[in-house]
Amino acid sequence: MIRANDIHKTFNPGTINEKVALNGVTLELNDGEFVTVIGGNGAGKSTFLNALAGVWPVDSGSIEIDGVNVTGLSEHKRAKYLGRVFQDPMTGTAADMEIIENLALANRRGKNRGLSWGVTKNEKEEYYELLKELDLGLEERMTAKVGLLSGGQRQALTLLMATLQKPKVLLLDEHTAALDPKTAKTVLETTDRIVSNHKLTTLMVTHNMKDAINHGNRLIMMNEGKIILNISGEEKKNLTVKDLLQKFEEVSGEEFTTDKAILGG
Amino acid sequence: MDITSLFAALPGNIAQGIIWGVMALGVYLTFRVLNIADLTVDGSFATGGAVTVVLITNGVPVPVAILVAVLAGALAGLCTGILHTVLGIPDILAGILSQIALYSINLDIMSGCANMAVNVMKYKLLLSLRNVPGAILVSLIFVVVIIALMYWYLGTEQGSALRSTGNNPAMSRAQGININMMKVIALSLSNALVALSGGLIAQYQGFADINMGRGAIVIGLAAVIIGEVIGNAIFKKKMNFVLRLSFVVIGAIIYYIVIGIVLWLHMPTNDLKLFTAIIVAIFLAVPYLKGTANNSFRKAAKRGAGK
Repeated sequence: MIRANDIHKTFNPGTINEKVALNGVTLELNDGEFVTVIGGNGAGKSTFLNALAGVWPVDSGSIEIDGVNVTGLSEHKRAKYLGRVFQDPMTGTAADMEIIENLALANRRGKNRGLSWGVTKNEKEEYYELLKELDLGLEERMTAKVGLLSGGQRQALTLLMATLQKPKVLLLDEHTAALDPKTAKTVLETTDRIVSNHKLTTLMVTHNMKDAINHGNRLIMMNEGKIILNISGEEKKNLTVKDLLQKFEEVSGEEFTTDKAILGG
Repeated sequence: MDITSLFAALPGNIAQGIIWGVMALGVYLTFRVLNIADLTVDGSFATGGAVTVVLITNGVPVPVAILVAVLAGALAGLCTGILHTVLGIPDILAGILSQIALYSINLDIMSGCANMAVNVMKYKLLLSLRNVPGAILVSLIFVVVIIALMYWYLGTEQGSALRSTGNNPAMSRAQGININMMKVIALSLSNALVALSGGLIAQYQGFADINMGRGAIVIGLAAVIIGEVIGNAIFKKKMNFVLRLSFVVIGAIIYYIVIGIVLWLHMPTNDLKLFTAIIVAIFLAVPYLKGTANNSFRKAAKRGAGK
């Protein structure tokens, strides 16, 4: 469970570049909930995820994960609660290290890293099976450098890494936006499978309205650093892109202008 | 120019190369693993020499003197690490600040003398240029042990975290790695090796000198890069980590053999540093130029015109 309470964040305060990125965001995710986050450019979606991950401290408000107040914890200390996949496939993995080494690094998230071997024999077998489930043939290339993989393969690997140690919350920051449509679809299917297998509490930011509707069991829409829509249950199941656009106009009083979001780019 | 004099000098060059190889292994740790060119080494190399000679001449047993020198080097790296991570000073500048501060500290260690001798007839030194084969053997033992330790350490959980910190800091933070801590550890370990090398060189040549570390970073980089180029040429994709480290030391040996040849040719010794800089520049530039040669606009234009 994660609870964000009235989060505020302003970048470059007091300068001409001042930007209110988060303007009082409150959200509570129950265990096992899969929430998709949608909104136009600059709505604060990624900023919100970064606030939860502790990339920088928030200006005000509090963040609680599983009953622990993590507002004052730095990014690497908070990492033990969170699995993260980023928009850029390069960000989530160490390119010059082997697939198996990347997995082993991720398997020690939140643990003390001492002087025992970085990859143990038992782990190798475990990873072989897990990679096989991804169905990308990576299990036969475990000692290959991650830099040799394609963007889609890297995202799938990052997804596996993020969930190797079951996270309290899985944060997906537009993790399919940099992929071609076909690969994006595969990675999303993998996401769905992993999330439901492990019953993960998940927050997925997306530009794509269709994806936001088709995945997860709750949808929130952000605009100007605020959550303006929160749809769940039956209403979410029957939602269409048209409904969503209409609701956006009703709530915000302006038109949704991102073509990419409408067309599902 | 008698060729026999060149061969007579060869073992000495090899011995020096192996000892500097220890230093180059330290540079490898920061330059290749952590992705930082740490300029502290110019200072910490002389620190290692100064501490070793001062302690030995004051009657401290040689192994203890070496150990203290290693700790002094680690401390120097720790300072650079703190300047960089806690105080937010860019890595290159943090190294330069430590290096310049160490110049004064090294003078203080040697009680204001720019040069301090340690006589092998008087003290039980580990190695000396009076016994070159012995020096080669001793320094080789050091190198083998250090490569084994580095291989082990970089394969541990902490060592893996260190490698990922150098490779992808954002990913490392997301995996819960304290990257600032990792940088400080690597800088300390690196400078500990550099100081060890300084302590060995001081014994080998029989004195410590305030300027003995000047340009050390360039020699270290030269060794790392020459070793890489040659290692990759011979072993291609079969280069494993132990080979990689071994070739760092081989790079240092080659560097000193080349210097030996330069001296044999009676080139002015004043130009040695210029010569070193040119070698390193060439070896750094070659991979880049190779890449651009395969991928140049001029060639594309020619290809386009041909059709």
